[in-house]
Amino acid sequence: MGLMRQTQWTASRASSTLSDRTPLDQRLASGETLVADGAIGTLLFERGLDPGACPESVTLSHPEVLEEIARLYLEAGADIIGTNTFGGSPLKLAAYGLADSTDEINARAVTAVRKAVGDRAYVAGSVGPCGKLLTPYGDAKPEDVYGSFRRQVESLVEAGVDCIFVETMIDLTEAKLAVRAVKDVSAATPVTASMTFDATPNGFFTIMGVSVEAAAAGLTEVGADAIGSNCGNGIENMVQIARAFRNVSQLPLTIQPNAGLPHIANGKAVYDETPAFMAEQAKALVSLGVSVIGGCCGTTPEHIAALRAIVDE
Amino acid sequence: MDLLAEIVTGVINGDDERIAQLTQAVIEQGVSPKSILDDGLIAGMNVVGERFKAHTIFLPDVLLAAKAMYAGLDLLKPLLIKEGIPPMGRVVIGSVRGDLHDIGKNLVGIMLKGAGFEIIDLGNDVPPEAMVESAVRNEATVIGMSALLTTTMPVMGQVVQLLSQEGLTGKIKTIVGGAPVSGEFAREIGADAYGFDAANAVDRVKSLINVV
Repeated sequence: MGLMRQTQWTASRASSTLSDRTPLDQRLASGETLVADGAIGTLLFERGLDPGACPESVTLSHPEVLEEIARLYLEAGADIIGTNTFGGSPLKLAAYGLADSTDEINARAVTAVRKAVGDRAYVAGSVGPCGKLLTPYGDAKPEDVYGSFRRQVESLVEAGVDCIFVETMIDLTEAKLAVRAVKDVSAATPVTASMTFDATPNGFFTIMGVSVEAAAAGLTEVGADAIGSNCGNGIENMVQIARAFRNVSQLPLTIQPNAGLPHIANGKAVYDETPAFMAEQAKALVSLGVSVIGGCCGTTPEHIAALRAIVDE
Repeated sequence: MDLLAEIVTGVINGDDERIAQLTQAVIEQGVSPKSILDDGLIAGMNVVGERFKAHTIFLPDVLLAAKAMYAGLDLLKPLLIKEGIPPMGRVVIGSVRGDLHDIGKNLVGIMLKGAGFEIIDLGNDVPPEAMVESAVRNEATVIGMSALLTTTMPVMGQVVQLLSQEGLTGKIKTIVGGAPVSGEFAREIGADAYGFDAANAVDRVKSLINVV
């Protein structure tokens, strides 16, 4: 059924957002603003993903759902669509006993998005934290974490991603290991690296105490093609974070806010920031010359369509 | 006394090797284990907790401080047991069923240990029955539950209900926390307390069992 819908959709839309296959890093460097997709997890839960289940297991059981989500974001006007591989590193998958399925989970996730978007959007391989704390704070050895990222990235690159999104990082060392893994596997594959910051009375810091300045310096050092922030904040804080990055870095920036911070109503997570509100505030991101604007938790295709509209203005 | 002050500083700086040496030294000097614990290790962790609360230090500093504290506590524990000095209280903690996130829960455990509590950490993805069973078996007075996912939060309510079914309400208190959890949610499900961060969780647990 998924394939049929795709065909219908393709027929209904003559033009595409991506007219050529210019490598993403060139478009990033050109100063253009690109629109990325919104939440995958939020949409998976809406479609009945069991809360305790591994989100990546959906890729094996219901790839058609991932195709549908990718199509919704493409239709909303996203230039870049992410894969359902946020927790797809073997270290993280091991928590669900799925480490042995690393290749399959990553490759099939790429295939699902590619099937939906063809070459009308860039496919971004999502790489999230390994879920363990590195030594000396925890038990995870840097070489093991690097190896885990490397294995995931090899699968993603092999399956044909256009870029890698290293995201939601709180530990700079871990983020750098992930970026290094991408560059070592494929120096030609563009990689964005974004971290999650909390507002404190003393400014923005990740849970592990990484400042925007430190993040910018560290991620630049390992060769990230774009740097920035995703998750953890609504659009207003994200504008401040983007400004802080812009003050210390000339690299292309990537910013993906949540639709606000969740609160609970009737036992369900509710994100309050509307597409209109997010888009209005996001004009400041365009003014700052942010290269990639997208959404994280709680954002929907409607949010991305609204962002598309202000970017096109 | 000087050495106790050095223990405080060593814990704050997260110097685990130094703490092991210092603790051994004060034990040999004949300082009471209770004093080493209260005026050295816990005093150090209190400073760490305050600084963490004020955002002047971050999670890595707390983790290193905790490691240092454990280096001292390991040496002290046999002596505390021998002298029959009870812990301030026993707390069962865990991330609820379906939730595999444990950084926040671990941090609460560290801070509670740092405040002198005995912690039974059931890890993550803990079913309600296991939490209650462990609390009963270990004679714990508090169950601390963590959830990072909005989707796993309802499990916290199941633990509260289970305690009520077993007639344990009031005997075993509950405290909840985690990014999406709020005081309002805690009231909604009938939990006894809500800790908005790890340091606050320690204060709330203390007031739950009337140790201030």
